Amino acid sequence: MELLWKIIRGFGMFWWDFLVGDTPELFVTTVLTLGVTALISEVAHIHTGLAVVLLPALVVVSLIMTVVRAVGRR
Amino acid sequence: MLALSTSVSGLSVMMVAVFVACAVEMVEALTIIVAVGHTTGWRHALRGAAVALLALAVIVGAFGPALIHIPLNILRLVVGGVLLVFGLQWLRKAILRSTGYKAKHDEDEIFRETVAEIEAVTDQGQRERVAFVMAFKGVFLEGLEVVITVLTLGTSARHLSLAIATAVGALVLVTLIGLVVARQLSSVPENAMKMTVGIMLVAYGTFWSGEGLKVSWPGNDAMLLGLVALYAVVVWAMVAIIKSIAPVKVSA
Repeated sequence: MELLWKIIRGFGMFWWDFLVGDTPELFVTTVLTLGVTALISEVAHIHTGLAVVLLPALVVVSLIMTVVRAVGRR
Repeated sequence: MLALSTSVSGLSVMMVAVFVACAVEMVEALTIIVAVGHTTGWRHALRGAAVALLALAVIVGAFGPALIHIPLNILRLVVGGVLLVFGLQWLRKAILRSTGYKAKHDEDEIFRETVAEIEAVTDQGQRERVAFVMAFKGVFLEGLEVVITVLTLGTSARHLSLAIATAVGALVLVTLIGLVVARQLSSVPENAMKMTVGIMLVAYGTFWSGEGLKVSWPGNDAMLLGLVALYAVVVWAMVAIIKSIAPVKVSA
């Protein structure tokens, strides 16, 4: 039981480090990007042409934000 | 004819991404193996590397077939999200390294550190155990990123076997080159390779997550090439802008 708990904990820690690690802003902005795109293309049933432009644009904004944050810190 | 050409472009991006990701991670792992081999002999270095490769193959064997059974839209949305985070992390590091805001990966430094760590152990038996563990960890940890790339790209594209074959091809090629150049691994343009992989991972992440959210991309798979071009231009522009408006001051 203890071994199983250790494995689950290790697995969870690995994914936390892998996806969040020292750049939590990238995880948050990616979730927001996908959430906004889902709202537009699925829930709101707005023409998917908007999502085609919006999804890559939000990804670019995420990249700019994380790099500016890193540059500003130094 | 159009369907054939578009699926070929999608597969080409996947193969290049897997190949370069595998090659760049292998360069890092190979540096550790060469350092361990030079210090304690090749038996322990190669044994550690072989056990790590076996462990990685078990992970692919266990998770690969399981992932294929997940509904395609959900798989592509989750995998796309993971690829986006992973690719953006790689791009962030590559941009910071290109502009001098982060130190470049130094294979010579890794080699020196590995040798020093092994030589600090005086007991022969203990030293052999340390050598084995270091070779295992070097290959396993670097290989884990390749495994995630292979599993996510391979299962989403429904071409897991092709992704595995590409990774094995890169593994064999880098090993052969490594045997020839041995200590000159530091001359590999690692940051440029990581930037290329980062661009492809982000392009694939955008594409698959969009597919998972039922976004109909113009030109279907051919859109991948458009996304690669878009992100390449953005990264190039970001590096140029940072270098011109906020250059790193090098102290004399």
